[in-house]
Order: sequence, then C-alpha cells, then structure tokens
Amino acid sequence: MSTNKNESNNKLMMTLLKGRTFIVLIVLLIFFSIAADNFLSMNTALLIGKHVALYGILAIGMTYVIITGGIDLSVGAVVGLAGMIAGGLIQKGLTLKIFGVTVYFSVPLIVLITLLVGALIGVLNGLIITKFSVAPFIATLGTMYVCRGFANLHSNGATYSQLKGHEALGNQGFGFLGSNVAGIPVGLIILAIMAVFFEIILKKTSFGWHVFSIGGNEKAAKLSGVKVDKVKILVYMISGICAAMVGMITSSQLAASHPATGESWEMNAIASAVLGGTSMAGGVGAIGGTIVGAFVIGVINDGMVMCGVSEFWQMVIKGVVIVLAVIIDQFQRNLQAKMALKARNESK
Amino acid sequence: MASMCKEGVCLHAEKISKIYPGTKALDNVDFDLLTGKVNVLIGENGAGKSTLMKMIAGIEQPSEGKLYMGDEEVYFKDTTEARKHGIGIIHQELNLFPNLPVYQNIFMAKEKKQGLKLDNKYHREKAEEVLKKLEHPIPVDTLVGDLRVGQQQMIEIARNLVDDDLKVLIMDEPTSSLSEQEVQVLFKIMRELTAQGISIVYISHRLEEIMQIGDHVTILRDGKYVSDADVKDIDVPWIVKQMTGEGKSYPKRDRGIEWDKQETVLEVKDLTLPKSGGGYLLNKVNFDLKKGEILGIYGLMGAGRTEVFECIMGLRPEHTGDIILEGEKLNIKSVAGQIEKGFALVPEDRQREGLVQTMDIGRNCSLSALTTYTKGGFVDFKLENEMVEKEIKDIHIKVADKRLPILSLSGGNQQKVVIGKGVLTNPKILLMDEPSRGIDIGAKTEVFDIINKYAEEGLSIIVISSELKEIISIADRVVVLSNGIKTDELVGDEIQEEALVLASYKGHHTN
Repeated sequence: MSTNKNESNNKLMMTLLKGRTFIVLIVLLIFFSIAADNFLSMNTALLIGKHVALYGILAIGMTYVIITGGIDLSVGAVVGLAGMIAGGLIQKGLTLKIFGVTVYFSVPLIVLITLLVGALIGVLNGLIITKFSVAPFIATLGTMYVCRGFANLHSNGATYSQLKGHEALGNQGFGFLGSNVAGIPVGLIILAIMAVFFEIILKKTSFGWHVFSIGGNEKAAKLSGVKVDKVKILVYMISGICAAMVGMITSSQLAASHPATGESWEMNAIASAVLGGTSMAGGVGAIGGTIVGAFVIGVINDGMVMCGVSEFWQMVIKGVVIVLAVIIDQFQRNLQAKMALKARNESK
Repeated sequence: MASMCKEGVCLHAEKISKIYPGTKALDNVDFDLLTGKVNVLIGENGAGKSTLMKMIAGIEQPSEGKLYMGDEEVYFKDTTEARKHGIGIIHQELNLFPNLPVYQNIFMAKEKKQGLKLDNKYHREKAEEVLKKLEHPIPVDTLVGDLRVGQQQMIEIARNLVDDDLKVLIMDEPTSSLSEQEVQVLFKIMRELTAQGISIVYISHRLEEIMQIGDHVTILRDGKYVSDADVKDIDVPWIVKQMTGEGKSYPKRDRGIEWDKQETVLEVKDLTLPKSGGGYLLNKVNFDLKKGEILGIYGLMGAGRTEVFECIMGLRPEHTGDIILEGEKLNIKSVAGQIEKGFALVPEDRQREGLVQTMDIGRNCSLSALTTYTKGGFVDFKLENEMVEKEIKDIHIKVADKRLPILSLSGGNQQKVVIGKGVLTNPKILLMDEPSRGIDIGAKTEVFDIINKYAEEGLSIIVISSELKEIISIADRVVVLSNGIKTDELVGDEIQEEALVLASYKGHHTN
C-alpha cells in the first residue's frame, strides 16, 4: 500500500516539476499584477512581448546548441553585427570600389543577406569546433569578440539612425519587422513561427534526433553512424541565423542600429533555455520549454522595471532565479533516475 | 547479547536489508567474510552482490541490519570510514582519473606530504614498486586515459595495494576486461594477499575462474541469500543451478557447413596500423569471412583485436592494407559511410560507446537505421515504430514500454538493444566486440542464441572475446592475434583452449 502511495506522490511531484517553469511564470504574472499598478495592461503586454521575441528567438538557436552539449557565446555579438549590416545596407548601401558604384538593395534582399551572414558566422563556429577540436566555449568566445569588433568597425562605433530608407532607392519598409500586425508585434509572430518550425525539426526529423544523440553520448552517436561534425555545424548555423534575425528585429523596433546592441544577450538566451528545462550537460531539451523560459526572463526584467526595482537588484534576482532553476532541474533528474532504477528492479 | 564474529571470520554482516524506493535490493542477508580467504560472491545481475559490497565498503548504508568486525559493531557512514577499518574496493566500473598520470591516480586522496609539499618522489617510487609487483611496469608518468582498459584495471588494483593496513579487499568483476594472462597475474597477487592474512571478496561472472581462485562461495538470488559452500566441495553445474534455480550451459555448435563452398563476403589483406611512437598495433593481418560464418578473434589485451574493428569501421584512417567487401575494394572514409556499405558495430564499452543514456529504449534501437526511416528528412514514426517493435520481439528484449529510459533495463537487455541497433541497419557484416562483457549467464546465453540465429539467417559475424569457453562454443573459425600479428587460424575441432592460449603468446616471441 505504502509503495503505491509513494508512487503516486512521485508521479505528482514529477508533473509539478515538469510544469515548474510554467507555474513560475503564472506566479510571476500574479505577483507583478499586484505589485505594479499598470502591469496588467495591453501596453505592458506589448512591451514584454517585444522583448520576449528577442530573447526567445535567440534562445531557440541556443537550445539546439546546448542540446548537442555545446554553448554559443557569440550570439549577442552577432545580434549587434547583424543590426549594423542591415542598417548599413539601408543607409550607405554597398559600395563596390572597383566599379565605383554604390548598390542599394531592397529590404527583402537585405534581410536575406543579413541572415546569410549570421549563417556563415555559425558555420564558422561549427567548423572551428569540429575540424579544429576547439571547445565551444572558447571558439564562440573568440567569434564573439570578432563580431563585436566588426560591428563597431562598420560605423566606427557610430549609430545608424532613422532606418527608413528612401523611396527613390526602393529600400523602404524595414520598419515592418518592429511593427505590430493586428496589434501583435511582428517579432512575436516570427518567434511563434520559428518556435513551431524548429520544434518540429527537433522532434520529427532524423536531424533532430541526431542532435539529441550527440548531446547524450557523442561517441555512441558517431559509432552509430551519426554524422556528428555535419550536425554540429548545422546547429551552430541555426544559432547564427536566429541571432541575425534578432539583430534585424531589434534594429527595426528602434529604427536604429547601434554596435553595442545585444551585449550579454547570450546570457538571457542561455538562461531561457536552462529555465525551460534544457540540460547544460546535453541531450535534453525542448523549444516549448525554452519559450516559456524566455517569457519568465522577460516578465522578470520588465516587471521589476515597472516595480521600480533598481537595475542592480534586478541582476541579483535574475541570478538567483537561474541558479534555483538549475537546482530544481537537478532534483527532477535525480527523481527520474530513481524511478528508472525502480522500473528496472520491478522488471526482474 | 552481543553478536560478534566467529573464529576465522573477519567481518560479519547480519540481516542486512537495503530498500530502494519501491524495491528491496537486499533482503535479510547474512554474510560471513572469512579471514585470509578468497570469498566469492555469485549471483545473476541484480541479485544484490554489488549492493551488499557497497554496504561493506561504506558507499551506501544498509536500511536494516548490522555489520561487525572482530568483537565490535561497526557503521560506515562513508568510504573514508570503511577505509579506516582497512576495507578497500575495486569497482566494476573503473573509477580513475583519465586526465592524471598513473602515480597521481594511485595516490589520489592518500597523498604523502612533507609539510604542504607533496612527496612525489615517494609517490613515483612506491607506484613503480607496486606496478612491478603486479607485473605491469607501466611508466608512472603515463596518463591513465592513454592506457588500455586492462592496464587501467591494474592501476585500480594498485591503488588499493598501497594501503598498508589493508584488511579486506573487495573486487567487483575485476577480470571482466583482463586477458587470460593478466587474470593469472591477478590470481597470483590475490594468493599473496590472502597469505598475508588479507581477506578478499571476489565477484565474477566467470565460473571457471571462481573454481580456480575461490575458497568459499556465497550465492545470492533476487536479493536473498541462497547458499554457501567451500569451493572444494562443489562444481560449476552446482553453482549454476544455485544461481538460476535450473541447470544451464553454453550451447554447443555443430553447423555442418562446408565453408570452402560458401561465398566470401569480406577479405582483409595486409591490414597494418602503425603505433604512435614506433612499432605496429596491427602488422600485416590477413583473414577472410564467409557468408553466414561466425569468425572469432581471440587475443590478449593489446593484441590488436579492437583495432581491427576500428580500421574496418573507419575510425583509423591511418591504416594501410586492403579491405574488400564482396570483391570490391573499399575506400573507407567515415563510420556513417561504412554503415551504409553494410557494416554494423557492437562496441566493447556499452555505456561509453553503445548507448545514448538520455534517449529512450526505442530511440536507441533505431538510432543507426534512422535515416532509412525518413521521408524528406521527417521520421516516418509508423515505420520506425514497427521496425523497433519487430526487433525487440526478434531478440527478446524484455521491456514493458519502449519509451522508458534505456537505463531502466538490465545490463543484458541494454546489450541486446545495442545489438538490435546494429541489426536494424540490415548489415551484411556484424562486428561484435566482447558482446557478453559484464552481463549475467542467463543474458549471455541469450546473446549467443541471437548471434547463432542471425548467422543461420546468413549474416556474417565477427566476434571478439577474451573468454576462451565462449569463443570455443560460438565460433566456426578463430583468428588469433598476438602483439598485432596473426599467429594462428583454427577451424572446427582445432579450436581448443590450449591451442588458443599458445597462439595468443606467440607474437611476443617473434619480436
């Protein structure tokens, strides 16, 4: 009898643990609704939504990377660089010195070029990590500095403002990415589309399964015929593309590109993924969880601002929340291992 | 009423129970550890041998029951406490630091210091001395990660031997990765230790070893004590009967096939693999494989057995020589490429190389063949499901739900999953490296049944094994490697223990 009770207790505990980020999110929403007068308003929702779109998209790529057992510290810098590239192409165009002409591209083409640059940086990360066996932490730390450097070099540290384009040049419309459609921020819509898309890739394709297998046991994956290097390079490429997307959305939201944009955003992305149940040890994670994690980070950030909590205290609280999340995660894993052991013993 | 140890008993465990959530791993077990004897503990996987030893070594604490040493009751809250009482343990899974050199591994957590400074001169000398005693004079500055598994096992043993006050040494399957020669060295050392009055607890699945080295046998089944006896009074069939409750033995082979008339599937010509730092891991090795044949590769640790598989699977691009599949010389590029060509590997180390622990049973099964179950990149779940279900049924993996974590399975069933993963790719050739390592007798027999079944169906199989009886019972033909050289090839009735052992030493004399 007592084992039965124990078992159902365990199961209840498991359900609570699995839904913990969601529970935290709801608790936070209730808390800030009471603590901050104007928290429960459309304006606040829109504001948080705009911010969450940025962390969320970054965190999608980060989740892929972390599931393979890696890390991508370069995404914040890629956000900055992507913004500068897109902004620069709108304002200055591309000057081809050999021909002595300056080319202005249409906005869709600019978006494509910027995404391509993000992808290339990701591929570069992947190549350094796989072909030269550099630890992901170091490889992406390096590209982080390189990208941030290029972002500053692009304008000599200056901001590209008023990214409206000119009718004569046919490059208007960049503001769309930062605007609202039917009252919903476009960034949030892009987040939703990307989240669904990448969740499907992760769960329904052989590529997705291979991502999980590499994080779970890279050696076994390789011996099972998984093309480990190729999968890893693709994963960092996805992360780069996500970062480039965020760079453009944020520039569009602000109608300006500043080279320091995205500084330390990689940390928000990592935090979102971890809060959402992605294991830093690799092999475990889901986009759904990550998105909830991004909302938690977004609500904490903006909620505290609205409560008038100082920026310094915000950091402290965010740090505590992240560490707590990992502790609970560990607790869940132990419980899961215990239940697996039990199942093994019962099957005897 | 003080319970204490009887005459000649160094440690007495009384009514020990260990309860894990939902299960009793040990149930009221009494156990006497005889002083200066090799005390053998036998039982199938999950019988509770390792659990009982964990209690004695202080790794875990009993839920009920008491331990006595001499006249006093003892309680080990951790391994340090147990070590203070002179109890050392050599784990089934190696607990070494691959990133550190041999001597640091040996003296980890028992460093000798002069003030704050480590006495590394002492560490090195003492480590050298112990390794010499173990007949494994490994340079003490070598990184443990660079050693072969057999050598690592010796380091683990050496670690315990440097303790001066060692009273009890627990050895949990120490020979599972040792060659015949290394096992004999180990046995010699065990005899020396017992002569010094040290009591040894020995856990092993190799029954012939137990008959050779054991003094007293205790048998556990399903967490309960079954019986105990002096080794001189019993034989192997008796042990097997006690363990399983019924008589079991390895299946005999007599297939009556004329191999000369069978088509050759694989030819390996002049396979050579240079060793870093001079010499060869493999030196001009030649052999072939017929359709439906089970070819055994026997050899001591370091003879180059695993390396043969590594070359074939594309893990050793530096090798020279030809590998010819069905008459076509292969250009080996990657593991994935080799799997596509029709090879499948069941690696030696199940946990490190065979399984993805974070994935469930079904996904581990389909991992290798997954790309063939996809349409435009998307997994065809119905097909994947069907194939996995069929394979699980085919090789009798005992599983309630294939979505359970892989680690919820017993060692034997985990191994079957690894085999199933290979078979699902529809290979022409299946390479199995120590397929029965670390699994109980029941599961071993089942693994052999699986191997035989697929061979009958026409799959060509190469099996590496260091267990003589195993390879004799399973293989149609055996290639013996020694020091990277092929020293013999035995067919049918020629496959005898003496011939195999003899050939396995030959390579060392010619060099």
